[in-house]
This record gives sequence, structure tokens and C-alpha cells, in this order.
Amino acid sequence: MWVAFGVFGLAAILGAWQMWVRSPIPAPFASPDTYYASVTAHGTLMAYVLTTLFAMGFGYYVAVSALDRPLPGLRYAWIAFWMAVVGVAMAAVTVLLGKASVLYTFYPPLTGSAFYYIGLVLVVVASWVWVAIMLIAMRGWKRGNPGKPVPLAMFGTVANAILWGWTTVGVAAELLFQVIPAALGWTDTIDVGLSRTLFSWTLHAIVYFWLLPAYIAFYTMVPQAAGSRLYSDLMGRVSFILFLVYSLPVGMHHLLMDPEHGSGFKFLQSALTGLVTVPTLLTIFTITASLEIAGRLRGGTGLFGWVAKLPWREPMVLATGLSFFMLGFGGFGGIVNMSYGMNAMIHNTAWVTAHFHLIFGGAVVIMYFAIAYAIWPRLTGHEAANLRQVRLQLWLWTIGIVIVTFPWHMLGLQGQPRRVESFDYSDPLIAGWAPWVVVSMIGGFIMLASALLFIWNLATLFRGAPSTQPTRYAMAVHPPRRLPPVLNGFGMWNVVVLVLMLVAYGYPIAQFFIYGSNQALVQRLD
Amino acid sequence: MAGSSEREIQRAELQWGAVMAGAVGVLLAIVVVGSAAATLHPPSNVERVDPASLHVSGEFVDGNLGSTQNLDGSVTVRFIATQFSFVPRCLEVPADTPVVMRTTSPDVIHALLVTGTNTDTMIVPGYVSEVKTRFAAPGDYRMPCTEFCGPGHADMWSVVRVVPRAEWKPDADDKVRCEITNQ
Repeated sequence: MWVAFGVFGLAAILGAWQMWVRSPIPAPFASPDTYYASVTAHGTLMAYVLTTLFAMGFGYYVAVSALDRPLPGLRYAWIAFWMAVVGVAMAAVTVLLGKASVLYTFYPPLTGSAFYYIGLVLVVVASWVWVAIMLIAMRGWKRGNPGKPVPLAMFGTVANAILWGWTTVGVAAELLFQVIPAALGWTDTIDVGLSRTLFSWTLHAIVYFWLLPAYIAFYTMVPQAAGSRLYSDLMGRVSFILFLVYSLPVGMHHLLMDPEHGSGFKFLQSALTGLVTVPTLLTIFTITASLEIAGRLRGGTGLFGWVAKLPWREPMVLATGLSFFMLGFGGFGGIVNMSYGMNAMIHNTAWVTAHFHLIFGGAVVIMYFAIAYAIWPRLTGHEAANLRQVRLQLWLWTIGIVIVTFPWHMLGLQGQPRRVESFDYSDPLIAGWAPWVVVSMIGGFIMLASALLFIWNLATLFRGAPSTQPTRYAMAVHPPRRLPPVLNGFGMWNVVVLVLMLVAYGYPIAQFFIYGSNQALVQRLD
Repeated sequence: MAGSSEREIQRAELQWGAVMAGAVGVLLAIVVVGSAAATLHPPSNVERVDPASLHVSGEFVDGNLGSTQNLDGSVTVRFIATQFSFVPRCLEVPADTPVVMRTTSPDVIHALLVTGTNTDTMIVPGYVSEVKTRFAAPGDYRMPCTEFCGPGHADMWSVVRVVPRAEWKPDADDKVRCEITNQ
């Protein structure tokens, strides 16, 4: 967790600096080389390292606390942790030396130093150890508790572990068979259509891997923190299963503008993307209903009176409210992105950057904060001395991200491209963008302040009263007594995923081998 | 809250699920109708080309680049996206006329977006990207490369110059070329 949040702090500094470089105000150290190295580091550390290490740490925590059993394979978990640390160091140092400025989405035939890719492979292999430990932990618990429902927190964690196993197949194939051989100089050409297709396999499912820890908190920690019960345990299980099934066969909506695929599969995967909104909408209902119970128990009346009565002083409840707010705007932007027709308007523009910073940086990472604040007393043995700084940090983060992303949405609609290091604002065609770029930069520095305050809070606040309570997850209004196997395990759902992936990706990948393709020359940037 | 017996909760969840499924269905229907009625298709022609021999032979040799008036009145614009420029940098087309843009890359991945329009495509080495479009209003439109293609990426852009139909004057070979004069 400390490693995850440490790289988070570093990447937050880089993010704010990047916004400065893109603005009309001169920034220190600005050059194309430093900018693209920084973008690569920001994306790699935030999207791969923070998320993977957080998911692993939180997963181990849930396995021990929700199942009330020691973690199986503790020694392997530590080996995997150190493997990940070595991998992060390899990748980060390589990028910061400017030897792999290929951005975190790689873009072959551009190729950086092999150390960067091999470092990332080490992180992924470490996460596969975590996947195995999660599966073994659930199986061990089931054997000791035959016929009983797996606790919802663990059910969601295992769903995420299985999802991650499936997700990493695409990028692992791209790195191991295409990019790393090129980076080592063994091959000098790359089939770019194939590499883009393999990466798209990973690219959308990975965001649900980032998201699910937040959803596990919504279902199992938020109702508890609000002094309530979970409205429906069943819906939690259904949502986790729907995420597992529908987040994978949809990645080609990132390739809607690509020339290597026909319209049929683009349309199919775009339509399947529509279905992945369903578990989110179910979750919003169930969690809102759970909070309504809390508000009414506290004396709230009327259609919305209960909202005011919620315990907003609790960081977990506050973070959930702010997260839902950001999720609403971010989700709306996302529906435009995945639309088969509308995507052309905003593809590769700041609109997309706004979307994923709202959803991931906003709605998801704020729940990482809340989870960390909730479990830190158990890890350190001390409660927080005061919660005011915690609430301030959560508010700052939300205000910052709104100021960052609302201008980005507008600039995106006006066609401002993303991944560009500088703009010639003296050009009358784009001069009107400049004030909004400055506004969003201010938001970036607010977020940076919040990020640093978060780390400061974790390091200094937890020196209050000794923490003696065990972790308690929310009880459902009607806890399930018996469940059919399909709602208590994943065997059948893995088969469903396999079939869907064969349908959605079978031909799009096979076509490169059936028809052959013209390879592109590898171009080294290190 | 209506009630909290187990059956009432399940019914409430199912009703919400049905409403949401309906809402998502409506959204998808809009997309389907939009793409069928307004032929809003993303560029998907799947046309292979050898990036190594673009300069030597075929459609994208130097003399064939730029805008060409077709017999049916439409205009085809051919150009190459390469590190770190579009070739040619100025693309002239008549207003309110069907335009087919055809482009490809000899080196790495590029992309384009004609600023202020929905004319957009990825440009992947090994494939020809084809975009069918139409520009209503005359004027200069900035067309930046919108995909990271290396350190000079930010300097890679060109101009689509849309002229009124009356000012569109192809030469004897049915070709039109333009220059960027102000920069």
C-alpha cells in the first residue's frame, strides 16, 4: 500500500507539471522529451502500479478479514510483492531516464528500452500470484464452510482477481510475442494491427479491474459506515458477475477509428459496451437504497429529507457521495465515447482524457482514499486523531478534478487533441483554447495539493486511540442463507467469458493470421 | 421506502433493473438508427498496403498526392502521414461536396481530426484509412496528428482549406494543390 501511494504521489506531481507544460504559461524543464517521458511515467505509475498494488493489498486484507482465516501462501505473497517492487523500479527508472517515452499504451512500432517492458511483466506476474492466492483462499474457506455463501467482500475480490487474469492475457501476448522481442533486437518488424487488437483486449477490462475495489467498498463498507445495512446482497453478486462477463468482450470500442477492423465487429463490441453500464446502474440503486435506510433511521423524512441526515462526517460516506457525483458526469462522457457513431467527434481529444480522469482519478481513486482511511486503523493499531483533514482532502480532490475535467470536455468538443506537449496559441484557429487550459491547470494543482495531503494524512494522523475493533463488513437486510452455485462461485461464468471472447475476438485476431499483414519497421526511441 | 421484506426488495430491484435495461436499450437504438439513417459509420474499409513501398509504387507515389476531382463530382484527397508532417501539408477541397480522404503511414501510428468536425481516423502502418466526409462551411480547418508518433508529434499538423464551389478550379489533370502561406 505504501509503495502504491508513494508512486501515486510522484505521478501526481508529474500530472500537474504536464498540465502546466500544455498551457500558455512557460513551465520549467519543458521540452518534448521531458514531456513525453513524464506522460509515460504518469500513465504507467497511476494506471498500472497504483492500481495493481492497491488491488493486491486490499485483496489480501479482505481475504484475511472477511474470511477470518490466515492467508494461504503468505510466503509467495511476499515474494510476489518484492518481484513487483523490482519491476516498478526497473520500469520507472527506465522511463525517467527518457529511455522509453512510448506512453503507457506502448504504440509499437515505436519501441523503448526492454527494461521498461520487462519491469511491467514482473508486475503482472506478481499480480498473477495474487490471483492464485485469492482463488485458493476462497476454495479453502468453502471447504471449511460447506454450503454457506461466500462473504460478499470476498466474492467481489475473487471476481476481480478472475477478471484480472482474463484481462492480462491480451497485453501479455503483445509484450511477450511482439514488443519485447523487438525491444531486445530479435525482430525488426511488428504487425501493428495485431498489437493494437491484443492491447484493446486488455485496455477496457483493465478499467473495471481498477473500478471493482471501489464497488467492493460500496457494497460492503459504505452501508456499515453509514450505520445501515446493505439493501440487497443478491444484487451485489449479480453486479460483480456482470462486470466479469461484460467488461471483456468490449475492448474494440477503443479501435472504432482504426482501419484494421470492419464495421461488424466494431458494432458488436460497441453494443456490448452498452450492457456494461447495467451493473453500475444496479449498484447506484442498491447503494442509494442502503443509504436511504440509514438516513431514515436517523430521522430523515420526505422524498429527499433523508439525504441531509446521512452521516456525512464519516469519510467513507462523504467519499461515496462525491464518487457518485463524479461517476455521473464521467459515465455520461463515456457513453459518447463508446457510441459507434458519436465517437468520431471526440476520438483522441481532451474529451476522452476528461472522461477517464473523472471516472478513474475521480470516482475510483477517491474510494481508494476512503478504503485506505478505513483500514489504516487496523493496520497501524490506532484510530485517526481527527477527521477534519481527511474530509478536507476528499473535498479538495473532488473540486480539483471538476476544475480539471470540465474545461477538458469543452476543449475536446472543440477538437483539442490529447497527448500533445505544446500548442501554438498565437494561431487564431486555437487561441480561444488558452484560457480554459489555464483553468484546468489550476484544478491540476488543487489535485496535487490533495494528493500530498492524503499521503501526509496516512503518515501522521493515525496516532489516536488504540484501535481494537475487528473489521466489520455490512450485513444485508436479509443475509442470504443458501445460494445456488452460480451465485457462489465462478466456474460457469468463466465458460461464459470464454465463449463471449471467442465470439468477440476470435475472428478479429485470427484475420491477421488468415490474410497476413504488412509489417511495420520497428523504430527505437532509446 | 415501499417495504423491506425480502420479496419486496427483490421486486424493487427487478423493477429498477427493467427501467435501466429499457434506458440502455433506448440509447443503443439511437446509435443504431443514427448509423443506419445518417450512415454514421466509423472508417472501416480494411484495405492492406505495404508501408515499405509507398514511395515507390501504387496510389501514394508523390505525383498522385493532393486533391483530385472525380467524374461523379466528388473529390478524393490523398496524403501520407509521416514523422512529423502530413504530405502535402495543405489540402484543398470544395465546400458542400462529397469528399473521400485516403491516407496511410510509411512509419508509425498516426491519426487525424479535422478540428471542429467529426472527420476523424486512426492511421496505422499497413492499412489505408478512408474517411468519407463533407465540409459545409468554407474556411481553413486545422488538422493535427492526434496520436503520439514520437518526439516531434506536437509539430505535426496540416490545414484543410475548404473553398466555395465557385473558387474550386482543378487543373488539366483534375488536380488541385494549395500552400500554407501565413506560417
